Amino acid sequence: MSTTSPHLTSGRLTVTPGGKRPRTFEQQNRRLKWLMLGPALAFVGLMIVFPLLFTLNLSLTDAFGAVNSGRRYLGLQNFADALGDGRRFWPALGRTAVFTVGAVVLETILGLAIAMLMRKAFTGARVVRTILMVPLLATPVAIGILWLLILDPTNGIANHLLEGVGLPRQEFLGSVSQSLGVLMLLDVWQWTPMMTILLLAGLSTLPEEPEEAAVVDGANAWQRFRFVVLPMLSTTLFTALILRAVDALKTFDILYATKGAGGGSDFEVETLNVYAYGLTFDYQEYGLAAAVLVLFTLLIIGVVLVLRARSGRTRS
Amino acid sequence: MTSTPPALTRRALLTATAGAGTTAALAACGSGSGAVGPDTPLRIAAVNHVWSQAIAERLPEFEALSGRRVSMQMLTADQLGSSYNVKLNASATDIDVMMLRPLQDQLLFARNGWLADLSDRVTDPAFAWDDVQAAVRERSTTRGSVYSVPVVTERPALYYRKDLVAAPPQTLDDLLEQALTLTDRDAGTFGYVGRGQRAGAVSQWSSFLFSFGGDFTTDDGRSGIGSEQARAAYAYYGRLLHEAGPPGATNMSLEQAMPIFAQGKAAFYVDADAIYTNFLDPTISTVMDTVGFAPFPAGPAGAVPYNVPSWALAVNGFSRLQDEAWTFLQWAAGPERVSEIQSAGIPGARTSVWADPATTAAFPPELAEAMRVNTENGTGHDRPEVIQVGRARDIVGRPLVAGILGEDVDLAADDADAEFADFLVRDNRQQEF
Repeated sequence: MSTTSPHLTSGRLTVTPGGKRPRTFEQQNRRLKWLMLGPALAFVGLMIVFPLLFTLNLSLTDAFGAVNSGRRYLGLQNFADALGDGRRFWPALGRTAVFTVGAVVLETILGLAIAMLMRKAFTGARVVRTILMVPLLATPVAIGILWLLILDPTNGIANHLLEGVGLPRQEFLGSVSQSLGVLMLLDVWQWTPMMTILLLAGLSTLPEEPEEAAVVDGANAWQRFRFVVLPMLSTTLFTALILRAVDALKTFDILYATKGAGGGSDFEVETLNVYAYGLTFDYQEYGLAAAVLVLFTLLIIGVVLVLRARSGRTRS
Repeated sequence: MTSTPPALTRRALLTATAGAGTTAALAACGSGSGAVGPDTPLRIAAVNHVWSQAIAERLPEFEALSGRRVSMQMLTADQLGSSYNVKLNASATDIDVMMLRPLQDQLLFARNGWLADLSDRVTDPAFAWDDVQAAVRERSTTRGSVYSVPVVTERPALYYRKDLVAAPPQTLDDLLEQALTLTDRDAGTFGYVGRGQRAGAVSQWSSFLFSFGGDFTTDDGRSGIGSEQARAAYAYYGRLLHEAGPPGATNMSLEQAMPIFAQGKAAFYVDADAIYTNFLDPTISTVMDTVGFAPFPAGPAGAVPYNVPSWALAVNGFSRLQDEAWTFLQWAAGPERVSEIQSAGIPGARTSVWADPATTAAFPPELAEAMRVNTENGTGHDRPEVIQVGRARDIVGRPLVAGILGEDVDLAADDADAEFADFLVRDNRQQEF
């Protein structure tokens, strides 16, 4: 009989009125656990699972104009349309990759270099750290508008400065060919400090003995960095890389603030995010937009999995 | 007694939680943004525009007349569009009066069922619907029903620098020639400035297109942007900005182009006449003493500018204050208010008001004349008349950008023409509502 189960023998018995079967303390505890978890689960379901399922459902329909107006199920047609769109989707995917890889690689190299410089205590370190934080504190839209004014080809101060040192004037964000590069540099300007702070935190936890041993063995500064510091820092480095890469993939506000809807006149900064926004708010093609967003989500998950796998291999 | 049955407690707790949740959910669904009562405000969503600012100053007058409090929110055009998109998709009742662009939004919004039908209401004799310009009335009507009432009309004006130009150009050829002559890139001065953004430039380019004898679509509803006339208009506008325009023209919409003219860096500028106050404002403009106003110059097909209702008012189809919203529309777009606001320099759409010299006295005389001429010659649209206006503008604008960048316009026009033809087939299907 089940009455000989370990639960019963180890748990306290409680008697319910009406002669119902008594429950052990663990059974009650298990039920109470779900009750306590309920609100949190409901919140996650409502705020995360429901929107994801709704988007997935929408991506299978021809929703246009208004989300709920007589939509028909199309199966995977929207996905096929998106993946077959060489005019907008694939170039947007390419720009997303160029922007993310370019910006994150630069931010990582610069962030690591600055973190190494700031590793040892020096006079004015606090001031430098405070200054480093400034770009992080401003909102991307405000930064976009600020740089738009600075880089204005006709009236902006950047061209006056370039002329002042004998360099030719540039169109910057007014140019079809320069815009993506300029926006990557703005991203680097804003987010390198975050990489610096994360890597500085990682560096501060490293033991000093291995480096001291390397010094005794005659290793120069580069060898100490390459073969001692970098391997020890790899966990922090990959964590920072994943965080920044996912964030860079999702970049939208600064692109929208500087180049408007549609990613510029020749779609020059139209990333997948900007494309999906345009499909939703300018074209009202909710079904196709949802399909692009599902593909985009899968891309982000893929990037995280690849980075995590590489991170694990490197560590091992 | 200490043996309170735990199962009963949990059940009671679950019941209470579920009950409270259900009650809260029902309360939230039922009340929306609060029950409608005498204290419920009439909510107006508006674009940040000189008209909205003028009407906001007069709201206490409406509140006194109607006995209802008014809450007005002003946003940029993009923000307003996104706000409608999000809220009306959720059947929101917290907007009663909607300021919208009839040519951009109305067809889609009417299709979505987001606008209240005003056909019966506009027949109120006191509103004098027939007094609204016929072409503008047509833009307020979709599938035979009136969904909006116009409050601001626009035509293009040719803004020019009197200190640089002896007389404004009468033809587009003349404009190009003078603009090229007045361009001095080394000195940072340009013959012409105008909108160059792919979609943003389309509405201003439309006057060039019409004056070259083209249109966005043909009479039988096919793509018109591959025609010889359209190609000539693309090439002309592209050359004007490529050779006589400032750097970065492809990133320019109103917000970027207007300050360049206001700061005295361009000789000519074509944009909406409703923005003229920017050039007479000493805090913005360095050309307030030298700015001139002229009608749109003639192209091979004559001078054919657009003359459109740029902004109108509509009633949210989900509003629970539709009668009060209509009362506001009657007040804000009625003959008296239009006369009063036009007298303050904001162009309306009523024939009687335009016929009254007192209402045009606020405009600089040259501008008033330009408006009159452009109204006479004007065409009632400035963008493709389709449901998906945003996508259409993106397609139509691509050859423009190619021209501004100095690329092959014909090649771009071929490509855009083919894409626009496909687009129109799909858009026509969506129009079956």
